[in-house]
Amino acid sequence: MKFYFFHLMPYQDIDPDYLETNKSSWINLPNTYYDPKKGAKLYHRYLDELELADTLGFDGVCVNEHHQTAYGMMPSPNVLAGALSRRLKKASIGVIGRALPIVDNPLVIAEEFAMIDNLMEGRFIAGFVRGIGCEYHASMTNPGFSLERFREAHDLIVRAWSEPGPFEFFGKHYHYQYVNLWPRPYQSPRPPVWIPSQGSTETVEFAAHPDRKYTYVITFSPVASVRKNLKAYRDQCEVYGYECPPEQLGWAMPAYVAETDEIARKEAAPHIESLFNKFIASPTQYKLPPGYSSLASYKAVIEGKYKVRQNYLDCDTLIDNGMFLCGSAETVATKLEEYQKEMGFGNIAPMLQFGTLSKELTEKNLRLFAEEVIPKLKHLGFGAEKVAAE
Amino acid sequence: MAEHSSEQTTIIGCEIEVLRGGDGPPLVFLHGAGGAHNWMPYMDRLAEHYSVIVPSHPGWGRSDTPDWLDGMGDLAYFYLEFLKSLDAEKVHLVGNSLGGWLALEIAVRSTAKIKTLTLVSAAGIHVDGVPKGDIFLWDDNERVFNTFFDPKLAEARLAKEPSEEDADISLKNHFSTAKMAWHPRFYNPELQKWLHRIDVPTSILWGDSDKIFPPAYGEAMQKLIPGSSLTIVPECGHLPQQEKLDDFIAVVTAHTNGAAA
Repeated sequence: MKFYFFHLMPYQDIDPDYLETNKSSWINLPNTYYDPKKGAKLYHRYLDELELADTLGFDGVCVNEHHQTAYGMMPSPNVLAGALSRRLKKASIGVIGRALPIVDNPLVIAEEFAMIDNLMEGRFIAGFVRGIGCEYHASMTNPGFSLERFREAHDLIVRAWSEPGPFEFFGKHYHYQYVNLWPRPYQSPRPPVWIPSQGSTETVEFAAHPDRKYTYVITFSPVASVRKNLKAYRDQCEVYGYECPPEQLGWAMPAYVAETDEIARKEAAPHIESLFNKFIASPTQYKLPPGYSSLASYKAVIEGKYKVRQNYLDCDTLIDNGMFLCGSAETVATKLEEYQKEMGFGNIAPMLQFGTLSKELTEKNLRLFAEEVIPKLKHLGFGAEKVAAE
Repeated sequence: MAEHSSEQTTIIGCEIEVLRGGDGPPLVFLHGAGGAHNWMPYMDRLAEHYSVIVPSHPGWGRSDTPDWLDGMGDLAYFYLEFLKSLDAEKVHLVGNSLGGWLALEIAVRSTAKIKTLTLVSAAGIHVDGVPKGDIFLWDDNERVFNTFFDPKLAEARLAKEPSEEDADISLKNHFSTAKMAWHPRFYNPELQKWLHRIDVPTSILWGDSDKIFPPAYGEAMQKLIPGSSLTIVPECGHLPQQEKLDDFIAVVTAHTNGAAA
């Protein structure tokens, strides 16, 4: 199994009472809450944490993209990947991912990813997402075109990486006389691709397709939903006529390890609760703009998931439903081993800093995870040959 | 309530629902974001003076959502075909909100089938320094309260439990509204360059307390359309045809009668 330390880089120095006068941590939370002096320190601290993961033996580190929010300080994850690229000795960088539909020139993403892949001499994973609903308010991209722009931008980027240029590309949303990427990616024909998802049938069919075989990574979901969605992906591979190797499945979740279960709970609780109840907080219409999903799934989501999510999520609930892995190294390793045997994933991307978790506790968490959890699990989840880099 | 009918009609392969009622000169009402699949009191009152024709736009109500529907230009060309299909030589065209924007998009292309134009709290242009309301960031309650001047009207609206069909249609309408109006938000930057082409009598009607498109939008629109007039209705929100029905009817009839004289 491979282990990727995933960082969201929250703006954790925010006034803790900000939600008393604001509806959301996203889109229109005034940026006067952001203090650049504190933000600069946080950037360096978080980059130090990602570099520490490299020295501790994680297989890779992951960053991602969010806009106009205290939830994450990475509107441009590629800037941070660039900063990391000269420092990481062994670990790969995964940018999981860039939101393709919200840019008007997707070739910029193809170029920047190719640059990182060159700088990293191939230790790079490209993540493609549509971006959550809030990004469509922030970027003003029409959510009604999200899916078709995602597919079209994806096709353009992958062709730009793998086909000799120059060539023409004329789509519905993107139009180019000359697609001719300089630099070409280091990996041939292209970097491996991860598709982070919270589980939609369309995404499963897309990612599992034999032409793509993209690694499907379930993010921040209760374990029942992880189980269901990873199974849906494996089943889809069978429909396509092949067996899903572990390398093609992943799970990203917040995790916290301490000396005992009790200490872990006590140390993590306020910080994991700040993530799920504050940094993530936004009303439904912020998260789910009209047209982002089909009418049918919009109705299903409104009636189901969001009603549950309106309630305060405490640490115990999050642990019980498996959204948060927390406990002693023994507890966390045992759970992950059981889940791995059951669900067959070959990658996990634990988020070992979350919400307001301090530098000290983050470092302790990273060390315990690296030294006491990874060695117990490393042997699991090796199956077929490495598919992602085919 | 006046006799009225609902019929399905197919224009360039797209089936839409059209409500009709009343007698008199033909008047086409282009609805706003919320749609118009139910016969409403303002249609009833218009039907006392006109042959009222209320189509549900492609993407709204019980009309088809065609694959080609990507923006307001598509709707405008569709309606040029729709107007051509009517028996009447010319019609009085009334548009509210997004339907007002649509009327403008039609009129800058051709006024051949338009006798008069009435714009009610119309979208379509941008006014620097006058923020609009964001119907996409408001929750359902805020959206209703910000639509009316009188909160009692909003409360009454919210107290009514919609039928399952109405709830589904309202979601469908909201999706189509986003597709047409998300970006640029409720306007076409090209449009205001060409509003001077509108060569039919134009009356503009606005609520003084419109929280979606403030009255400054009406004033700007009046300056852009040659010979147009502007009426501001006091204590009125975004839907004068619902909140100040008498004023709405008075303005529409005075305008169309004036044009006939």
